[in-house]
Parts: sequence; structure tokens; C-alpha cells
Amino acid sequence: MLDHNAVLRPKSGASDDERVIKLAVLAVGGQGGGVLADWITDVAERNGYIAQSTSVAGVAQRTGATIYYIEMARDTGRLPVFALSPSQGDVDILIAAELMEAGRAIIRGFVTPERTTLITSSHRIAAVSEKIEPGDGRASSEKVHATAEAAAKRFIAFDMEKIAADNGTMISASLLGALAGSDALPFTRESYEQAIGAGGRGVKASLAAFSAACDRARGIAAAPIGERARAKPAAPEAPSTARVSGPETLLKGWQQLAARVAALPEPLRDMAERGLKKVVDYQDIAYGGEYLDRLDKAFALDNAERGYALSIAAAKHLANAMCYDDMIRVADLKTRSTRDKRVRKEVGVKEGSVLQVTEYFHPRIEELCGTLPARLGSYIESRPKLAAFLDRRINRGRHIRTDSFTGFAMLWFIGGLRRWRRRLLRHRIEVEHLERWYGLALGHARQDYALATEILNCRRLIKGYSDTHARAQSKFDRVLSALPMLKGRDDAADWIRRLREAALKDEKGDMLDGALKTVTTLGG
Amino acid sequence: MAERSFAKEVEKLRLGAGEEFAGEGILAITKALLQCGVGYVGGYQGAPISHLMDVLADAQDILGELGVHFEASASEATATAMLAASVHYPIRGAATFKSTVGTNVASDALANLASGGVTGGALIIVGEDYGEGSSIMQERSHAFAMKSQVWLLDPRPNLPSIVKAVEDGFELSEASNTPVMLQVRIRCCHVHGHFIAKDNKRPPMSVADALSAPRRDTGRIVLPPASFLHEKEKVAKRWPAAVDFIKSRKINEMFGPDHGSVGIVMQGGMYNSVIRALQRLGLADTYGDTDVPLYVLNAVYPLIDDEFLAFCEGKQAVLVVEEGQPNYIEQAFAAMLHKGGRGTKLVGKEHLPMAGEYTGQVMLDGIGSFLRANSPHLLPGEVRAPNKLGEGVDTADLINVVPGRPPGFCVGCPERPIFAATKLVEQELGKHHIASDIGCHLFSIMPPFELGATTMGYGLGPASASAFNSPDAKRRSISFVGDGGFWHNGLTSSIGNAVFNRNDGVIVIVDNFYSAATGGQDILSSRANNRTKSTKHPIDEAVKGMGVKWLRHIDRTYDVGKMRATLREALTTEEKGPKVIVASSECMLNRQRREKPLVDKAIKGGERVVKPKFGVDEDICTGDHACMRLSGCPSLSVKSLDDPLRDDPVASIDQNCVGCGNCGEVADAAVLCPSFYRADVVHNPGRWDRFLESTRRAVIGLLQRRRESRRLMFADA
Repeated sequence: MLDHNAVLRPKSGASDDERVIKLAVLAVGGQGGGVLADWITDVAERNGYIAQSTSVAGVAQRTGATIYYIEMARDTGRLPVFALSPSQGDVDILIAAELMEAGRAIIRGFVTPERTTLITSSHRIAAVSEKIEPGDGRASSEKVHATAEAAAKRFIAFDMEKIAADNGTMISASLLGALAGSDALPFTRESYEQAIGAGGRGVKASLAAFSAACDRARGIAAAPIGERARAKPAAPEAPSTARVSGPETLLKGWQQLAARVAALPEPLRDMAERGLKKVVDYQDIAYGGEYLDRLDKAFALDNAERGYALSIAAAKHLANAMCYDDMIRVADLKTRSTRDKRVRKEVGVKEGSVLQVTEYFHPRIEELCGTLPARLGSYIESRPKLAAFLDRRINRGRHIRTDSFTGFAMLWFIGGLRRWRRRLLRHRIEVEHLERWYGLALGHARQDYALATEILNCRRLIKGYSDTHARAQSKFDRVLSALPMLKGRDDAADWIRRLREAALKDEKGDMLDGALKTVTTLGG
Repeated sequence: MAERSFAKEVEKLRLGAGEEFAGEGILAITKALLQCGVGYVGGYQGAPISHLMDVLADAQDILGELGVHFEASASEATATAMLAASVHYPIRGAATFKSTVGTNVASDALANLASGGVTGGALIIVGEDYGEGSSIMQERSHAFAMKSQVWLLDPRPNLPSIVKAVEDGFELSEASNTPVMLQVRIRCCHVHGHFIAKDNKRPPMSVADALSAPRRDTGRIVLPPASFLHEKEKVAKRWPAAVDFIKSRKINEMFGPDHGSVGIVMQGGMYNSVIRALQRLGLADTYGDTDVPLYVLNAVYPLIDDEFLAFCEGKQAVLVVEEGQPNYIEQAFAAMLHKGGRGTKLVGKEHLPMAGEYTGQVMLDGIGSFLRANSPHLLPGEVRAPNKLGEGVDTADLINVVPGRPPGFCVGCPERPIFAATKLVEQELGKHHIASDIGCHLFSIMPPFELGATTMGYGLGPASASAFNSPDAKRRSISFVGDGGFWHNGLTSSIGNAVFNRNDGVIVIVDNFYSAATGGQDILSSRANNRTKSTKHPIDEAVKGMGVKWLRHIDRTYDVGKMRATLREALTTEEKGPKVIVASSECMLNRQRREKPLVDKAIKGGERVVKPKFGVDEDICTGDHACMRLSGCPSLSVKSLDDPLRDDPVASIDQNCVGCGNCGEVADAAVLCPSFYRADVVHNPGRWDRFLESTRRAVIGLLQRRRESRRLMFADA
């Protein structure tokens, strides 16, 4: 095989004037790559170049990866022979309309350190495979950034999607701007703008996005090598010093709780404060007190040398466990004034328009019983016939309009059941579960600190509603079922972590079952 | 109405002699047809020639002015059968479709047409869907040309060459009384370029002229004894005529020096890639001037013996660049050399791969390897002994990072809820054998649905489940067919067959009002008014007419609960015979294209318009992504929350949401979670709307303030 990096001067001493410039665009279907290709062709022709563009137009295939390819050469009166698709190691400019597409271009060999200017939007469009994992299945953007820095001659990356959206247009405009700003083509900025203007539709918005991206790319191109491309990930926000308001008595209670958090060591404080806020917001001041009491148990077993990892995990997962998702919480959240404001902002409701909001509920007998006083709830649950009878009456999808009076009032009423929550069946079940898990974890803390921390982290598995929640519970139980098998092993914590990670990979827990099988084969 | 409008571009079809045409390959082909005085054109849409059909449909006024008849044929067989108009009459006709799938369907008509031969030029333009971006099985059209003995042109992929090939094709067809296939590859169809136009020509004889003076000739009809004579005529008369034409008109081209120790023969379609490889090897310049003798086959069938042997004269080795397999051309050339007793070494698939697209890298490697082995002195020193360059970047890690991105259902696609319902019904009743068909609905085989075991051809989904019909079976088969496939041949091959054979399976007809996967062309059951076609023929009526007794129609596929209940009923009912569900909702891509401008205009014009969009309450979403495992919608994605308490990203709906309703319906039907909401924005609300809203907001605000004044409020909560 020939080395594909061998780039030779064409025969008969082709001068720079006769050089063919090769440009490829990798995009996700539906991003407007065709428009971009047309613009670039137009710009080239305006500058006295002969240009040829090709594509594989997937007619209705809107979401797959697509390639557009353009070759151009100065018009010398003779027709050049252009290729119809990009070749490995033979691309001068590569434009990727999404970060992973830049990664794909590198994998396919279209980016070479000797010659390729790689221009990519740094935003992500998650692929289906990344979205369907129960955990976080998203690919590492960092890895693509790092490889691109090394793989390309010049690397220009920033969020061009945002620039386009901010200006009310498509990403093709900001990609063209980045191309112009990179100066990778020997064309003036004006000729790009003329090409956009000739397009006719949405010219103003396109020009605005073009201009913003062009300036941004110029800035990056001028910046010293090394810091040129990467937009540094935003630094984590400083611990929240939330403004709290409310009736005097409640504020006093809050200040007492806040004082307890303030007494905690620094590494733990942020998580504890966030957790505290969450549980108080969920229930009341007293609930916050319970939270801190529970947290203290972990803290008592903890020390600074370990960086308070156990307590931090406890602070995080206790809060999540105590704020279980019941009908009351959902109804409460959906009837707050802040929620109304957020929806209006997200949907972009303009002055003079009316917003109607429909919620999708599907209550079952389980949710009903959970919201009944504990004895009544378990009375019904222990009588399958009665439960089935009632289920038939309530188990159906309910579309509730929270902008209407009746719909809102219903949810407002359910949200108001909060003050009785401690007496309800669901609370009893959740507290039992919590205590069992928490006790199990802390019970291990003295012999195996890391294991105790990992057991706490397993709380992450519990999420979702109804069947999804049941499956999550089952995964949680299955992961912890490995504990007896791992007893006394140095790497027990590692195994629990591995099992948890496997459980987050697929819906049913097939990966988890495989991992559990491996655990059973571990020799003592 | 097709997804892409060529209304503006078709004006280029009016260009006259000497004017420069600039545009896509597809449009150039259409212009060439008109310049050749074509009398009628038909075809069936499918990438890469879908746009050719769209161009023709949008050009109907121009076609009408010239007296050219255009049909959107029911299938490729129909389109090819249409060329029968050129059998007795000196009318030029053209048919176009995707190949090889379309050629498969057309081959019955093609064989009959080829047997009797033609009087008027008959051109079949096949879009060769091979290599990257292809959506079909990887085969060659070449075999069809060989078996039916029709001639195959494969021009160099630039506009002047394609246009010339159309002209040559008609003349070749007439000179040899044989239909001619013109093959264009995917990228060639979409290549942007220029050529100098000629005037359009009215057909010397129109179809109307022919109808008023009918002709017949028993000798041209495929029935014994004529059919036996046809075969002899093919080899004795038509073949030599074709060879003479190709030779005398210099259809095939020679480039490079007259003499040399090595040479390269290639299909015309490969020319640009060969030149690129030679450029990179330092053996050609930007304009294709090269040091290596090249023999370019713009006609790949028939091959011209003496032309090839003359090219080989004095050469030690010749490389055949022939994409795809089997390597028919290479085999034929090898036989010529052998029979002619020539010593030239013929190589091809030794240096180039037997299967797969000849990409730039493949070509560079293959031609480089051929030249190193046979003529190393030609190569510059840097190529013969390249300096070791850096290894480049290690991408091994990256391969594990970058996710695959196969095509899938669009935002708001009405087919998504059908498969969500199927997945849900399988959760209740267990896995079923599912037969898929060709069309957008085939994306069901991909995550997140992963439904469907086979695909056997257009309209053949239910047919491909026909073996699964047993009285002992405890479960029924489910098969899918789209409305496009249904009218293409599914009505008879699939539905009729199931009725006749008393198939007990479940058949879902996915009706999205268009031939959507090919670009949204109208079909019989389309609901749109079409100026030139007869639409609005309900699928239900056709199915009933076929004799189906158990038929359910769902007129809003987004009703996942109803879809699931209907599937459940079909899978469990005691009734025998095929259970047919027609699931109808308009293709969202086309619907948006149709409605969006109207809606925007209405809003601007002050009319009351309700616009839906979905959203997710991120504090209620627990980040389990169950909704996405039943959707895969591009606008439903994941996002990280700025909250260290939360580990997993939550669901989020972006601005591209069209408010189709799938998210809410699925959350309801699958009992997922209450985090979805639908926000309907009433633009230009009426007086009643405003009154209602202000009253409601006053009361709701009162309740909210009452509760919120009695609890702690966190500013960032």
C-alpha cells in the first residue's frame, strides 16, 4: 500500500495557479449542508474559480451522517478533471457541522496534519445510541477535541449552532462564516456575503450569523497555537448561596439548618447545602433536620484523609432518596409560578399570545394507594381483587390542562397533600427502603470505606416511574445481591462500581447479568 | 407534490443553442432529452434519480409546449413497458429508475422490449445506487445489459459527457434497433457543472400522431416463431450495427500518449477517480493530461474487440478498472487477448478489490501497485521509495468514541408511533416474526425499535411473511408495507396473495400520503390535489376490493394507545384470514413543508393559529431515558443539568419539535412519567381566548401566591 500521506506535485510543474483545492463538508442530515455547498460553489465562481460540488443526497434520510464535496481551481480556460468524492489524506479544508462528525472525518482519514484546516462546530447532536442508555451514554467530546488538535494543521472549533440559533437561522450560515474567517480559501469576505445575498431567502439573519462566526474564527486563527481552538469547559459554579425568602418562622428554622451545614468541613459543605435545599423544598424544615441527622451518621464515620467521600456520597444520594417522585411532588412542581415562567420562556410565548399547557398523567392503583394513608393503602394493596377493581376505574391516560381552572385546581390540591405526606403509604415504603440501604452502606464503612461509598452511589440506579422504576429497583437489588459474594475481597468496591456501571448500560440489565455471572465465578 | 421543488431550475430547460447551462447532473440529463426530441418520458422515483422525476414533474409546462408526454409510472416495469411506444413508431422515448432494484422489477418488460427491438430510440437511464450512500443490495446493472443484450453506456462523470451520452444513446438505439441503458452513478447525478446548450427539439412524431395512424408488425412481437428470429437478429444484425456505431462515432475515448509499455482501461464513470490517482502519483496534471495511455469505455457493453486489441498493441501490461463484481469486462478482455494470441498481460482485480466502491484511496493503492509491478520507471522517485512520513494520528481510541449515525425517522415522523406501539404490544404478547418492506418504515430495524427480520423488495413485506402461515402456530406474523410499496405491487403480490392463500398474519400498511422515502412524490392514495394526476384513491377501498374482511383504519398514528389496541386485537382475534391495519398520517417532512408557510402567513395576517410544541419538566424527569427508547426523535435528546445532585442527563426537547404528540402519547401508553407537557401557543387570540386567560391566570395566580407565601422559596430552585 502506498503511503497516503505522499502528496506530490502534479506533473508538468503545476503552479499554485493550477492547484485544485479540495473541501469536504460532513453534516448530519437536515442541517442544511446542501445550502452551504451551494454557497461555497458560488463564492468560488465569483472569484474566478471553476468549482464542482457533489453530494450523496439521501432524499428522505434526514438524520444520518452525510458528506458534501467541493473541488475548485482557478479558471485558466481549460476544464480541470475533478474527483467526485474526498480521498483519505487529500483534503485541504474539512468542515464538520457537528463535533462527532469531525471525529468521523478524522477516523476516515480526511484530516491530515500537513494540510487540513479542520473547522467544526463544537456542539453535539446526540446519536440514538447515545440517548437510549439508561445512564449517560454520551460520547466524550474531550477525546475528539484532543485528537483533532493533533490531527489537523489548523483546528477551529466553537459552537456555530448557537451563533446560528441566536441569529434565527441555520448552521450553514455560521459554518460559512467560520470558513471565511479561517482564510483557508483565497477569497474576500465580501464575496461570501454576496453569495449569501444572492440566495434570496432569510438573507439578513444569515448575514448576521455569518458575520459573528467569521469574527470568531478570525480571533481563533490569530490566537497563539495551543490555545486557539478549545473553548474551555465552563468552570463549575461556586457553591450556591441561594437567596431564601419566606415567612419569618420558616426562615429562622432554615437559618438553624444552614448553620449546621456551615459547621461541616469545606469539601462536604456544597453538596450538603444543595441536598438540604432540595429536601426542604420537597417537604419542610423538619424534613431538612431529618436529612442532616442522617448525614451526621455518615459524617461520624468519616475523616478528612479520605476527602469525606463517604459523606459527600451520602449528602447527594440521601437527598435524592428522600425526595422520591410521588404524585404530590409532581403536582407541586407543575403548579408553581416558577414553572409557569420557565415554560413560557422555553416555548417562547410572545406578548399577546395565549399559552395552553397539557400534562400527561397515567395514574395506576399503585400511585393511588401510595397517596392514601398507610393503613388504608396497604389494606387495598393486600386485596388483589379490590385493587384490580379500583385499578380498572383509574388506570388510564389523563391529559390535564394546567392552564385551566379545574385542571390546575386538581393538581394544586394534590400538591397540597404534602403536609400529610409522612403518613402516606408511599412514604412508609420509601423510608424503609432508605433505611435498609443506608444502614447497609454505613455498616460496611468501618471495614471497607470504599465499599460503603459505592453502596451509597448505587442509589443512582433508582429512577423512573412505574415499570421503569420497578426495573430500576430490580437492578439496584441485583447489584447489591453481589455483596455476599464479594465479602472480604479487597476489590469489592471496584466490583460494585463495575456492576453499577453495567446496570446503566441497557434497559433490561443484560450487561448487569453478564457482569454478575463473572462475579459468581470469582474465587474467594 | 415532491419534497424538493425544481420550479425555478426547470427554467434552465428553455436555454437555447450556445447558451451556457449551469446546474446539477440530473437537470442536464433532462435538458439533453429535450434537445434530442424525445417524445415521451416515464419512470419511477428512487435515489439517485428521484430528482430526475421531480424535475420532469415540475417541467410539465415545458414538456407540454414541446408535445412531450410525461408519466410518473406505477413501477419500473410500467416505465419500461411504456417504451413499447418506440417498437413500431419512430418516436424517441426514455424511462428512468434506480438500479439495480428498479432494473430487477423492470426486467420482464426489458427482456420483451429487447427481444423484439425498437424503431425509435429507446433510452433507459439507470441511477446506479452503488457504494457509499447506497441503500440497496450491491449489484451491477451490467448483468441486465448482457442477459437481454441491450447496450450499456457509462459516460465520464461530467456534464458535457453525460449530455453527449444521451444524444449518442438515442442514435445508437436507432442504429441498432436496440434499447440502450445509460448508467449514471450517485454522485454524478448530483454533480454541479456546466455545458453549452442546444435548442430543444419537438419530437418529429408525437404520441398523438402515432395514435392517429396505428402500425403493427407481427415480426416484432415476442411469440414463436418471431422470438427465435429475434435472438438471431440480435447477434447477426443488431450487435454488429452497435459495434459499428460505437467505433465510427468514437464513443470510447483514448487519452495520454499513443505508445507506452502499460495502459489502463476503465469504465467511463471511473475516469475522474483514475485521473485523480494519476495526479497524486505525479503522472497527470490538473486537466487530465497524463503520461499513461488510457482507454475510456463510455460504452461498456458491447465491447469493441479490435479497438481494445489495438490499444493493447505494444503494451506489456494493461490494467482494467472495473467497479463491482463479477468482473465481466475484465473477463471479456482476457478472452479477446487469449483468442487473439496476444502476449499483453491483463490485470484488474489483482490490484484492485473484487468487491466494493473504488474510492480515491482504493484507486491510488490499486493503480500505484499496478505501476510499481509493471512500469516502476514511470513513477517519480518519491512514489517508488517514499520518505517515511509520520504515522499520522492514532485514531483507534476515537473509533470507540464516535457513535454511528445511521439514517432514521425524521422529527415528528408519523411512523415512529406505529413502531412504538409495536414495541409495546410485543412487551405484552412476546416477540413476533416481523417482516419489513422498503421505505422509510424500514428504519424500524435500527435502534431504538429494532423491529423487523427481513426485507425482500418493494411491496413484498407481507409476501415475505407468507410462509409463516401454520395452523399450529401460537403467534401470528406481523408484516409492514408502505403506501408506496402497496401501490407499486403490494396490492397484488402481498395483499391479494394473503387473501388467496388464507394467510392468518397481521399486515400493517403504513400510509403517509406520499412515496415519502424517495422524496415525497404523489401516489394513488395521496390526499393532495395534483394538477396532472388522479389522487385520493383510498387504500382501504383497494384492500376491501381484494377481499380482505378484517380491516381497521387508524387515521391518526400518533394515537399510540389506539395503535397498540388495534395491533393487540389483530394479533389475538379468532377471525381467520389476513388482518389488515391501515395506519395513516401525513409524512411530517411534507406536512411541514406544506403547512409552515401557510401558518406563518396566517400568524402575520392576524389570524388565530394554535401552534403546539412539547417540553420536559427537567425536575420531574429522572433521566432514565425510557421515552427515548420508544422514540429516537432527533428533537428529543439528552442534556446535562447544572446540578451536582443529578448524575444522569435528563430528557430535553429542542426548538425543532413540531408538536406531533408522540412524546406525550408514548408516556401515556407506556406509563412512563409525567414530565412531558404540550404547550399550545395561541397566536392572535380572540377576545374570548383573552378573557378566559386573564380570568384563569388571576385565579391560578391567587392559588400560587397563597401557597408560595407559606413556604420557603429558593431563588434558584
